[in-house]
Amino acid sequence: MTVNFWKYMASLAVLLLLACGARAENHKLVLTGSSTVAPLLLEIGKRFEKQNPGVRVDVQSGGSSRGVADARSGLADIGMISRALKPDENDLVAHSIAIDGIGIILHRGNPISSLSDEQIKAIYTGQITRWKELGGKDTRITVVNKAEGRSTLDLFLHHFALKNSEIKAQVVIGDNPQGIKTVAGNPGAISYVSIGAAEYEAAQGTPIKLLPMAGVAATVANVRAGRFPLSRPLNLVTKGEVTVLAQRFIEFARSGAVHDLVENQFLVPLAR
Amino acid sequence: MTWLKTSSLSRWHADRRLAPLLAVLAAGAALILLLVLVFLLREAWPVLNGNGWQRFFGDDGWYPLEGRFGLLAMVWATLAAAFGAILLAAPLGLACAVFVCFYASPGLAKLYRMMLALLAGIPSVVFGLWGLTVLVPLIARWQPPGASLFCAILILMLMILPTVALTSVAALNAVPKSLLHGAAALGLTRKGIILGVAVPAARAGVFGGILLATARALGETMAVLMVAGNVVQNPSGLFEPVRVLTANIALEMAYATGTHRASLFASGLMLTLLVLVLASLAARIGGHTRNV
Repeated sequence: MTVNFWKYMASLAVLLLLACGARAENHKLVLTGSSTVAPLLLEIGKRFEKQNPGVRVDVQSGGSSRGVADARSGLADIGMISRALKPDENDLVAHSIAIDGIGIILHRGNPISSLSDEQIKAIYTGQITRWKELGGKDTRITVVNKAEGRSTLDLFLHHFALKNSEIKAQVVIGDNPQGIKTVAGNPGAISYVSIGAAEYEAAQGTPIKLLPMAGVAATVANVRAGRFPLSRPLNLVTKGEVTVLAQRFIEFARSGAVHDLVENQFLVPLAR
Repeated sequence: MTWLKTSSLSRWHADRRLAPLLAVLAAGAALILLLVLVFLLREAWPVLNGNGWQRFFGDDGWYPLEGRFGLLAMVWATLAAAFGAILLAAPLGLACAVFVCFYASPGLAKLYRMMLALLAGIPSVVFGLWGLTVLVPLIARWQPPGASLFCAILILMLMILPTVALTSVAALNAVPKSLLHGAAALGLTRKGIILGVAVPAARAGVFGGILLATARALGETMAVLMVAGNVVQNPSGLFEPVRVLTANIALEMAYATGTHRASLFASGLMLTLLVLVLASLAARIGGHTRNV
């Protein structure tokens, strides 16, 4: 009796597993990779699930390198990376979904109108501590930095070739609005935030201004055109032939139907 | 309370059924604390494993992505902010309570108590927002960068003041009237009655309120996150930015993975232990004062 029972259970389990496997192949998408891209894809995935009942989109973050590795090994249907593909990754195909651009912001009352990369680096490493040294007022510079793990910090450090431990900050913040409020309330502050967020707040009358970088004005338009230096593409990567579902999902993520979601994350959707 | 345990009551059926039910519920409440601790330990285990826990005290600086996990500066900052706030809130709260109980006219006392209750009901994020947009710029004009230990202490003080005041009011009201009448009959002045009789008699309750307020100050997250500056360093001056343990978790948890995430759970564990140690210390001191 017990033997029969266990046989029955085992066959049932096998059947269930088979059923799950078959289901997963047709109705489940696994995305892994960059923690910058993951929150956006989570939202896009939710909308995709709503429009395609029965489909499940599983998004896991773990860094761009995991995105590349998982897309290569087939562990993920689609990898997410917050950079362009490197030359040695040409076995993969990149599908751009948005651009992330960050701009340096100052208080609107600060007379400084532009800073070179060297000057920004000197400010952030504590070699320059007063605005007077740069031709501004004789006030202390308040360096605003992002908390560890944030993608904006990542991009900033990468662009200026700095380590986070080299930065001498006076204020550490979490999200973009907090950075904007900190600068708006402190005439001596300098910070960096997503350009989309800063442009919006400046237009609303918040007393902040975006500095140009290398002569290019920090605007969403310039980020979209690929002219702004402190920016990076956010890509989905796939290897070889993709399933119909994955193809449909990538097209959806690149379409105008998700532009509002892209902008909600303070990212710049691609021109279309 | 011994009459509850006598047999006359437990003969009733309702009680026989109620007692085990209450016991299960009480055990459940206690079990939650245990579960929280177990969960924190499990999530933090990857970094605590082996000699990993020593790094939280030995490393200089908190740069988890570079493998440096020094938590000690944040522990000091947490304690400095909480005790700074208590140091300000305790005398002020007690003064409020004395005013309400002994000096204010009944109408004024009622109004005043209502205002304290309202103050206690303001969400902490509102305090934080106010601090970020009003208090920090104000201090920044005087002592840049403004976001500092001082600002955190002020905001925390505002948040815990009503807790201290309201519990002290309750404690002072609970002092037997006969004690006060006796003191008055002995010819003590009002000041003498308050300082010599009422406050000493109410100290257990006042102390309980202060303990409650300290726990809230230690655990407060959003308001402190917005005004303290969040730079990881030892609190060397009132106007230096600091980061408290709760803010550390809130700032970094959203994007943390791997050992970084585990080390944040370790800071949570540290905070829980801190509160537990303080609570047990306070319980010991509280028990002591009541016996005297």
